[in-house]
Amino acid sequence: MIAAETNPESLSAESLSIDEFLARELNKELLRFSTAGSVDDGKSTLIGRLLYDARGIYEDQLDSIRKSKVNRSSGAIDFSLLTDGLRAEREQGITIDVAYRYFSTPRRKFIIADTPGHEQYTRNMATGASTAQLAIVLVDARNGVLPQTRRHATISSLLGIPRIVLAVNKMDLVNYSREVFEKIRADFLHFSRDFEFEEIQPIPISALEGENVARRGVRMPWYDGPALLEYLEAAPVSAATNSSPLRFPVQYVIRPNQHFRGYAGQIASGTLRVGDPVTVLPSGQSSRIASIATFDGELQSAHAPMSITVTLEDERDISRGDMLVHPEEQPHAARRFEANLVWMAEDPLAAGRSLLLKHTAQQVSARVHSIESRLDIHTMERKPAGALSLNDIGAVRIDASRPIFFDRYRDNRLTGAFILIDPLTNGTVGAGMIQSAIQRRALDLGHVTPEERYERNGHGPALLALANGPLALRLERRLFDHGCQVLAVAPGTHSATLYAAGLIVISPWFADARAIDLNRLPLPKDEDAAADAIMAYLEQNGTLATDRFSGGEGI
Amino acid sequence: MFEARPAPSASNFLYSMTARLALFRPVEALPLRGTVNLQFLWTIRQSLCYDISMSSLSHLRALEAESIHILREVAAEFAKPVMLYSIGKDSSVMLRLAQKAFHPGKIPFPLLHIDTTYKFKEMIEFRDWYPASIGADLRVYVNREARDAGANPVSLGTSKCCGLLKTRALLNALSEGGYDAAFGGARRDEEKSRAKERIYSFRDQYGQWDPKNQRPELWNVFNSRIDKGQSIRVFPLSNWTEIDVWHYIHLENITVVPLYFAKPRPMVVRGGSLIPMEHGVIPLLPGEAPQMVMCRMRSLGCTPCTGAIRSEAGSVPQIIEELLRFRRSERENRIIDHDQEGSMELKKREGYF
Repeated sequence: MIAAETNPESLSAESLSIDEFLARELNKELLRFSTAGSVDDGKSTLIGRLLYDARGIYEDQLDSIRKSKVNRSSGAIDFSLLTDGLRAEREQGITIDVAYRYFSTPRRKFIIADTPGHEQYTRNMATGASTAQLAIVLVDARNGVLPQTRRHATISSLLGIPRIVLAVNKMDLVNYSREVFEKIRADFLHFSRDFEFEEIQPIPISALEGENVARRGVRMPWYDGPALLEYLEAAPVSAATNSSPLRFPVQYVIRPNQHFRGYAGQIASGTLRVGDPVTVLPSGQSSRIASIATFDGELQSAHAPMSITVTLEDERDISRGDMLVHPEEQPHAARRFEANLVWMAEDPLAAGRSLLLKHTAQQVSARVHSIESRLDIHTMERKPAGALSLNDIGAVRIDASRPIFFDRYRDNRLTGAFILIDPLTNGTVGAGMIQSAIQRRALDLGHVTPEERYERNGHGPALLALANGPLALRLERRLFDHGCQVLAVAPGTHSATLYAAGLIVISPWFADARAIDLNRLPLPKDEDAAADAIMAYLEQNGTLATDRFSGGEGI
Repeated sequence: MFEARPAPSASNFLYSMTARLALFRPVEALPLRGTVNLQFLWTIRQSLCYDISMSSLSHLRALEAESIHILREVAAEFAKPVMLYSIGKDSSVMLRLAQKAFHPGKIPFPLLHIDTTYKFKEMIEFRDWYPASIGADLRVYVNREARDAGANPVSLGTSKCCGLLKTRALLNALSEGGYDAAFGGARRDEEKSRAKERIYSFRDQYGQWDPKNQRPELWNVFNSRIDKGQSIRVFPLSNWTEIDVWHYIHLENITVVPLYFAKPRPMVVRGGSLIPMEHGVIPLLPGEAPQMVMCRMRSLGCTPCTGAIRSEAGSVPQIIEELLRFRRSERENRIIDHDQEGSMELKKREGYF
């Protein structure tokens, strides 16, 4: 039976009054960490043990586990049953999705992103790692460093997690052997030498026996480092973002009356003070911070990751997706950049695919210009590839329809990150980490390419056959208002030249095989509705950059 | 259907005054464990004001900033969001966060209460004054058809009753209101299947959740793309725990329904459970009679399906203390989650929050 042990979080009547207790509780820090590993490594057991030892498990949840139908191991408590949430997972005895767990100690509140370890769940690992400040990479002491250990470390590194705990588990099954531990430690440090982790902390543990989990055990006197929980309580919570350059993406404009125009958002990095000069991107206009307004009163300064609202000294045209920065510390601005990409969809990604790109508070349409390489997760080599399949990680070049303002992911995990959305299925299909802007090469002196025209115009060339004259005029106006280079012409005009110039050409008919016959489309009678339908059609076939038409920027 | 809403009345106003006064009670009623130091409590509040010298935010301020980010993101990207307001402590916290997110503007979306008509009277009174007192626009929806046909948890069973008065009512309200995003106050620590739910939880045309086909959710970048008829349930409190919620209520001095505080209430004691008798739906067993028991509600639901817990906790700090001493998951006293193993997951697949 589980006896109600003394709860380290609970109040000890002798030593602590409720108000002292609350004061301490309210000043806790937050640490988010991820775990990756398969059932065989004992990951669920380790988390169950952590939660249990930290008294994070409520008594009745334990009761319901004892009633549970599946029981994978004999013995007292199966800690792993505490953590597997969904029915399918309980039936199959595996962890397939990211699950979030919470526990606290007197010093910190912890959020665990518990992710599956198998290769087919790389995307789930990446998801869990994206918000983590620390990762626990779990190794079975009997097996040593395996390909999946490398994969976990690689993903942790790619997703920018600064600290790694190498938890060598099941030490009880190798007689708590120092040699075994030292060998694994050396192997891991060797292969991860090129990763840019700030710190790697190897810890020998036995999750089953609780050795070195919450407290230091007695069976490994040769180990003089911290127990896992001790380390989690003491590891620095990265405050580096406060001294980084200011990045304030505008999420929402608050305008309750004519006298107040506030720009609301969460500071991605850096510090902002009343009176600070700021540059508004993309317009490049400058102003100063007039006030920092919050529900709790005005502030003189604010820092990441606070959610605030600022007003500026001057009237400026600023909307969602813009970014406020300090003038002397500007981010990169580019339409074309190179990024590491985790591909998350069933259908493979090939170069040329048009997708929506969401970065901070802005959404733009983008094309995958090329796939530079694919990371072989077994050998850690980057190899040329024509496509990326589900769970592949590759380096890609992205062409966005308009410039985005970013930092390299290694410098800033929020302004360096983006997701890719399939405009047809609406699914989140890719997670990207920007490596660098692609500068226009000095040798780009040849002909302007169709891609460059597409970039500038936000649409490709098209020949649209439309016999309905009034509708053709309406469509020309719609496309023009939309920012397109468009011309409605009489039949027989030199449409091939106009096409080559990147225009959208509308005419009753064309003697050109590239023409799109809109007369075949089942169009609504109403001209406005018909124009809408054609716009949607052009968006779907990739002629129009999608965000300009349907992008959710309305405030 | 959406219910016609009464204009604020004098009685509501009186109620609001009493409830406000009740706010001060908790501090006076602090446990007499050692000397109560009001000055000290004040110091805590002060020390938690934003201070630039702090290298990082406290966990509550970090959670707050994350939730506000989510609220603003939804308000910016969806055409017609709505906030599900269940009157409980989580809704109260969510509502405060919404005030903060859009300050000094008004909350740019309405609140929606799905009223099963079996709620506690004190909940309905609270609902009718508190949101209005902060200028929020509250709508109430009742599945009148089912209610008029006599739906209740005893004759139908809890799962059918919830299906009609909560799930069906919610889906109808969302479609009649044309809402494309709905905030809910659910937290991942409440129940095992919630632990895997996304902050943006995608629902198909029928409001159903497909746990195996969830959109990956990375960093703080959310995918708000949906087709006509589809919707997103959004959970800004995903990363909060029950204790976090109470700490925040304490820190922010948020008014909550008095049912959370212990006092003698008429209850039927059955086995280990305390059953409130407010709507007289649950038939008494031979020999049973309501008796006055010092108790409080740990979570608020419908009277026939929400048990009370024996408690002396008359203030927020006392509730926090109680929670830490007496660790029982708050949903334990809600019958619905215990129908069968994984029952919450089944309900959610069908469209439940």
